[in-house]
Amino acid sequence: MIKKEEVQHIANLARLGLTEDEIKKFQKDLSSILDYFNSIKEVDISKTEPTFHPTEHSLREDKAKPQPVETANKLIEAAPENKKRHIKVKAIL
Amino acid sequence: MELHKLNITQAHQGLLKKEFSSLELTKAFLNRIEKIDKKISAFLTVTEDLALSQAKKIDDLISIGKNIPVLAGIPLAVKDIILVEGIKTTCASKILENYIAPYDATCVKKLKKLGAVILGKTNMDEFAMGASTENSAFFPTKNPNDLTRVPGGSSGGSAAAVAGDLCCYALGSDTGGSIRQPASFCGVVGLKPTYGAVSRYGLVAFASSLDQIGPITKTTEDAKVVFEAIAGKDPKDSTSVESSKLQTTNYKLQTIKVGVPKEYFVKGMDSEVEIVIRKAIKKIEDLGAKIEEISLPHTKYVIPVYYLISTSEASANLARYDGIKYGLSEAGEVKSLLDVYLQSKEKGFGDEVKRRIMLGTYALSAGYYDAYYLRAQKIRTLIIEDFNTAFKKVDVILTPTAPTPAFKIGEKSSDSLSMYLCDIFTASVNLVGLPAISVPAGFAGKLPVGLQIIGKPFEENKILEISQIYAKK
Repeated sequence: MIKKEEVQHIANLARLGLTEDEIKKFQKDLSSILDYFNSIKEVDISKTEPTFHPTEHSLREDKAKPQPVETANKLIEAAPENKKRHIKVKAIL
Repeated sequence: MELHKLNITQAHQGLLKKEFSSLELTKAFLNRIEKIDKKISAFLTVTEDLALSQAKKIDDLISIGKNIPVLAGIPLAVKDIILVEGIKTTCASKILENYIAPYDATCVKKLKKLGAVILGKTNMDEFAMGASTENSAFFPTKNPNDLTRVPGGSSGGSAAAVAGDLCCYALGSDTGGSIRQPASFCGVVGLKPTYGAVSRYGLVAFASSLDQIGPITKTTEDAKVVFEAIAGKDPKDSTSVESSKLQTTNYKLQTIKVGVPKEYFVKGMDSEVEIVIRKAIKKIEDLGAKIEEISLPHTKYVIPVYYLISTSEASANLARYDGIKYGLSEAGEVKSLLDVYLQSKEKGFGDEVKRRIMLGTYALSAGYYDAYYLRAQKIRTLIIEDFNTAFKKVDVILTPTAPTPAFKIGEKSSDSLSMYLCDIFTASVNLVGLPAISVPAGFAGKLPVGLQIIGKPFEENKILEISQIYAKK
């Protein structure tokens, strides 16, 4: 069984808040799911390369494309806290 | 005439012959949604004003004698994970409950250009994570064939809307079976295109190396029409591919070799489903195709590999819901920036989404990356090699779409692992990036059963043609 501290550590990495009950539940769930997944350990992969993506794809030029101001405004307005065309966050210093 | 029963081709003919207007057709569906959707719960949002204005535009074109494309004036439903400008896109999640899409997804833009009429946005498992639509944060959708059963998922709202005649066709998305399995459960056609065939721009990301948008329709001919309308290279999705790469075929079943993987007919499959699928395979053989048993030796690892890769990608993709840029925010309730992240996600995400973020973060974390994530990506290579070997011998592969027909609401919802096993026949297709279609093959009792036809990359036309021959005879 995965330790409670380990569940909390993973939740911290994911920046995911969990209640005490959820931590207990995920301790159980993740353990049983990973137990089932352990069958992958029996496969010989010593000569196999990973496939991260099913197709080859070309990258676009790293260049910003100007967008209409309305589009930009809509994106800023979607932010829960915004002020004068800026997105507001809590002070970090 | 019962307008809501028409397929795309029939509706198009009716519009051309002026038997009815697009406005009449659209109102027929809107009325039906109003009457019937209380029972089915396929829609999260009904876009009546948008639909009526789009329909009127097409009627104006028809009245001045303009030629109209096949999809013009035909009403569709869009899964609520695909952006339609100015309309809510919730992904059936509390975290996006009030999110208004600032632009159109490329597939939506293309359909709008062809004159499509958008009736609304359909229910789904939250962020497409599930196989029953019970993981919607708002309400479950019911299967129109039996209201005590699930419609499948995650595109359950789209499949139920098509099966319940609440729209002429619908768009879904498929990461591990989310178009094909609900199509099978509801008795309609669902096409998951080759990875890259349809632009993912404007599709809210779940697992970016697996996600594809595709049609859910009443007939295979309709699936072809919609697929061709939405396919093609898009500069906004670097993984999308030119349509010219799609193979046009003119196959006769007599020249086709069909593979049936022995690993897909093992214990765990519902016996009635097996009977229906065996009969379907026999029918295709009787129509002239040559059937051959094949082996896909790494089939037993598909579920672990699929869930390790999809949850890892999801854990990265869903990091964006931080309460800062859009969506639900707890910023007003807490003091520090970190607490904004922690609390917004805790309040906004449902149980299964949290479970998958945890699983993916675990698989990617220091100390477990090699044992889980990297190992899964290596076995993915072996699964791809299985299919490459098989496709040297056969043109297409036939399997059941799902191991069971639609199950009861609540039957699997407390056991995530048994829900994960619903993807057992469909997830390999996404890992490899292949096209596959689910077509109605018969019934287990009163419940529909789907046959899955898997093709080589960019051979959508071949699996569509075989489906058409199969459905007609």
